[in-house]
Amino acid sequence: MNHFPFMKYKWLYFGFSTLIVIPGIISLIMFGLRLSIDFTGGTLLEIQTKSPAQPAQIIELAKAQQIEIFSVQPSPDNIYLLRSKSITQEQSNLLKTELGKNYGEVVEKRFETVGPTIGAELTQKSFLAVIVASVFIIIYLAWSFKSVPAPYTSWKFGASAVLALLHDVIVVVGIFSLFGHFFKVEIDALFITALLTIIGFSVHDTIVVFDRVRENLPKMPKHTFEEIVDFSITETLNRSLNTSMTVVLTLTSLLLFGGETIRWFVVALLIGIVSGTYSSIFNASPILVLWENKHR
Amino acid sequence: MRTSIIISACLLVAVLINMPPQFSIAGRKFYRPSINLNLLGKPFVRDLNFKLGLDLQGGTHLVYEADTSKIPDADKPQAVLATKDNIERRINSLGVSEPLIQVANTVNQFRLIIELPGVSDVTEAINTIGQTAQLEFRLPTSASPSSILDFAPTDLTGKDLRIAQVQFDGGNQVGGNPSIGLEFTSEGGEKFAKITRENTGKQLAIFLDGMPLTAPVINQEITDGKAVITGNFALEEAKRLTIQLNAGALPVPIKIIEQRTIGASLGNESISKSLFAGIIGYLVILLFMVFNYGFKGVLANVALTIYILLSLSIFKLIPVTLTLAGIAGFILSVGMAVDANILIFERIKEEIRWGRPKRAAMELGFHRAWTSVRDSNVSSLITAGILFWFGTGSVRGFALTLIVGILVSLFTSIIITRNLVRAFYSK
Repeated sequence: MNHFPFMKYKWLYFGFSTLIVIPGIISLIMFGLRLSIDFTGGTLLEIQTKSPAQPAQIIELAKAQQIEIFSVQPSPDNIYLLRSKSITQEQSNLLKTELGKNYGEVVEKRFETVGPTIGAELTQKSFLAVIVASVFIIIYLAWSFKSVPAPYTSWKFGASAVLALLHDVIVVVGIFSLFGHFFKVEIDALFITALLTIIGFSVHDTIVVFDRVRENLPKMPKHTFEEIVDFSITETLNRSLNTSMTVVLTLTSLLLFGGETIRWFVVALLIGIVSGTYSSIFNASPILVLWENKHR
Repeated sequence: MRTSIIISACLLVAVLINMPPQFSIAGRKFYRPSINLNLLGKPFVRDLNFKLGLDLQGGTHLVYEADTSKIPDADKPQAVLATKDNIERRINSLGVSEPLIQVANTVNQFRLIIELPGVSDVTEAINTIGQTAQLEFRLPTSASPSSILDFAPTDLTGKDLRIAQVQFDGGNQVGGNPSIGLEFTSEGGEKFAKITRENTGKQLAIFLDGMPLTAPVINQEITDGKAVITGNFALEEAKRLTIQLNAGALPVPIKIIEQRTIGASLGNESISKSLFAGIIGYLVILLFMVFNYGFKGVLANVALTIYILLSLSIFKLIPVTLTLAGIAGFILSVGMAVDANILIFERIKEEIRWGRPKRAAMELGFHRAWTSVRDSNVSSLITAGILFWFGTGSVRGFALTLIVGILVSLFTSIIITRNLVRAFYSK
């Protein structure tokens, strides 16, 4: 049988994954994540002024109103994104009036304010959601792969898939920590949404490979587990790539034409899906091989 | 045969639902139908327009936290109901079309989530919502009052009322006539005793925010601070009245803990951009499938088009509130909807490579790819379900579009494609 000896190079794949993951982890330790007001609480105010304004001056004017502004991010067309501690609509109205005196009519495009309790809840819920999703996927896969013949164990299939999935989560979170530091990209509720979507999608490709391993196990009794996995990957490589490709295509279209608001959401999904395809072939399968071979 | 009838029927309905509201062909005008049914006593009315989230049509999303710490535990449910009712009434006075008001209970506090689409003056809205209800007891100024102007306020107000509850004649048995029991505070009881003593035989009207609720006649002096309003109340009517009375009796301070206001201009721009991205994405997928799977790819593309029509119909029927993230989720799902077909077609290729006759290979492809199709979709459903539980607003919209997308794509990519493949390859 013709197949590519994928598993022969498993340490190379682990090495490559480490190379991708390490900078992200270092960045997570050094810079952490740049959390949006969804998590930290606070106010985000997007305004458009008639005549151009100086960020430093906006901060000064706000200070006079007892509003502490952390940052002013200017965009084209005199649009400014202000971040501050949680303020009320009334305070924001006062600020707009004050700014209006200096820069002409002020249009409020967006006003978001989140209290600290809501932020803390979201953080808690996010962690819980990622953990619960992982646990459910292990349980489902263990159940679905229960027909795997002895001496192989079905929950190892589930756990290997989840390890690969955690790899994807770490890759995306790590890269966004770097993005946060260098491009000021924020982690918001949508980012968590992207993470969970990635979790769901990451196991797709893993399942395609594992499903084939399950099918081939009774058919190829004379082959080693490693050979069966190699063979299964070779057989399913085309569909793994094609199913990811269709998703990458629609996401790329969204990235190019979909507008500013969801840009980083789409980027997170794209990175996650590419990482998911890689990890299902080059992480989930080798982990399963190492694990199942341990006692033989 | 039967399946193709079902499929055609689905398709016809989907096309009808997704038609533009009105259009004309050769000078004749056509209108999109709307739904107005009565299902098992519940009205089911849909105008078949897309329901747009606040981020797309502009408006404000408010979350209030209600402080019920000063209210005795036993009275909390009434207080919560009364607060919600009070806020609903105030929002209706603002004239907002299709406001959304939800009560969200957490462990020991309750929250009100309010969405006001298309509100231009948010400051006014917030001020109006934040007011507490003013309950007043008014006495007539003339012998035969003919309008609400003929009543003058007394010193008895909502502050003096401890609670209002629905009671039943002949003890607390359900089945008697419902009446409304009022319990005053000790100070309120004294005021009430004085009023009832001096005005026996007159009406004592109760006003909420300047509007009359009810105007019972005082039968005798009441000194124990407990009064009963009798009358031919229907149970619903009595409940409604107690809720309104409690709005004055059990004022609950509310505080904004989250606010998101989005201008309408931002939304319009987002819709057109997403629409364009979606169309490009769809076209690229069509090309990809034809390039990789030839005529079978064309059939999958037909199924994909049906998928889009069906999903959009379901969004209109449920209705799913479309947010920017939700639309992104749907565009993403267009890429995922063909996945099952890819798995099946690759399997067919394999079966042919292993020497199966073409027609047997087609059937086997659908059959044998099923486990991997099922498992991958279930894993997505698990995460989408968790997202739905975890999220609010925008995140929920995304999760719901994803869930609808996965379920519909299973139907189109398996049942519809299989029938198309059978129809074209069976000869």
